[in-house]
Amino acid sequence: MINMIKEGLENNGLITAFAVIGIVMYIAYFLSDKLTKGRVHGSAIAIMFGLILAYIGGVNTGGEKGISDIQLFSGIGLMGGGMLRDFAIIATAFGANFSEVKKTGIGGITALFFGIFYSFVIGIIIALCFGYRDSVALTTIGGGAVTYIVGPVSGTAIGASSDIIALSIAVGLIKSISVMILTPIFAKKIKLNNPRTAMIYGGVMGTTSGVAAGLAATDVKLVPYGAMTATFYTGLGCLLVPSILFLLTEIIF
Amino acid sequence: MIIFGVALLSICMLIGVIVGDALGGLMGVEANVGGVGVSMFLLVLAVDYLKKKNKLQVKSEEGIAFWGGIYIPIVVAMSAQQNVVAALDGGGMAILAGVVVVVVGFLSIPFISRIGEKAKVNEQEIELSILPKEQIK
Repeated sequence: MINMIKEGLENNGLITAFAVIGIVMYIAYFLSDKLTKGRVHGSAIAIMFGLILAYIGGVNTGGEKGISDIQLFSGIGLMGGGMLRDFAIIATAFGANFSEVKKTGIGGITALFFGIFYSFVIGIIIALCFGYRDSVALTTIGGGAVTYIVGPVSGTAIGASSDIIALSIAVGLIKSISVMILTPIFAKKIKLNNPRTAMIYGGVMGTTSGVAAGLAATDVKLVPYGAMTATFYTGLGCLLVPSILFLLTEIIF
Repeated sequence: MIIFGVALLSICMLIGVIVGDALGGLMGVEANVGGVGVSMFLLVLAVDYLKKKNKLQVKSEEGIAFWGGIYIPIVVAMSAQQNVVAALDGGGMAILAGVVVVVVGFLSIPFISRIGEKAKVNEQEIELSILPKEQIK
């Protein structure tokens, strides 16, 4: 009987993955609501669960592909693999609107470029302090400091190893959670009470889930403005980090 | 039809991937350089253009919106298949990097906010009129 169930799940790997990840998401959003009153967004908790699952998988199998090394969960490898991941990330640009960003003018554009550049540089400086020296690892970790998307997308593009990619996700995740928690605390000091500042804030921070949750905890009306520039941030980050910034890193290190 | 949206998304991604590979070749690195970024900008431009021409049906939009909505679950699946055991050594670095980046970001927002403020006087007036109320609250 158990074998029959196991076989059914294994033969439909991708579908099993949808079900498993769906359940993980449900638990994460439930905990976000009940334990943190929505302050830490469900998506951040879900990604943390993802990393924990990867840890469990790694410890149990000794493999390098996290939970997807367990036969039963091999479909998660397909669901979170490069092809579907890039497809879904590109689709998020659907909500973005150029003319809206133009309205913030040069300030908004500066925020976007500055936000990516300084995050990348700080990521690299801290990685250097911790002993990382090769340009691929540095770029991937720097990309993670941009967002938890830019890190793995860049890492995959330039051929980083899975543990470096996992690390870049972790950096981006901590960034996202910090944005969620710190935004209501800093909001008054940075005068985050109008659409223009919200868009600049979105451009500097860039992590869409962090920005959306942080603004929701500050003033719900500002969420679309911050999320708008943050969406561009990911696109621009995926464009700049594996290209110009990677080349610069390669030249320097 | 939903598939039109999915197809538009696919075409943008394929062009982006090919451009990214070509860029990688030009730069002499065996990598897809910025392909995802190129695809995203193509999609924004394409959607913008089609909407202006009123050629994008709600059903077609749903085909794109679905994949955008499934993005966080896919990121969770991506996280679940990384080599976290090996990455755990760098846990302290991840926390430090994540927090420092955010704090520096907050400190810099007021400065960037000042760039390109055309009607500076007006904005200050508005802000002054908003601030006291906020403080009273």
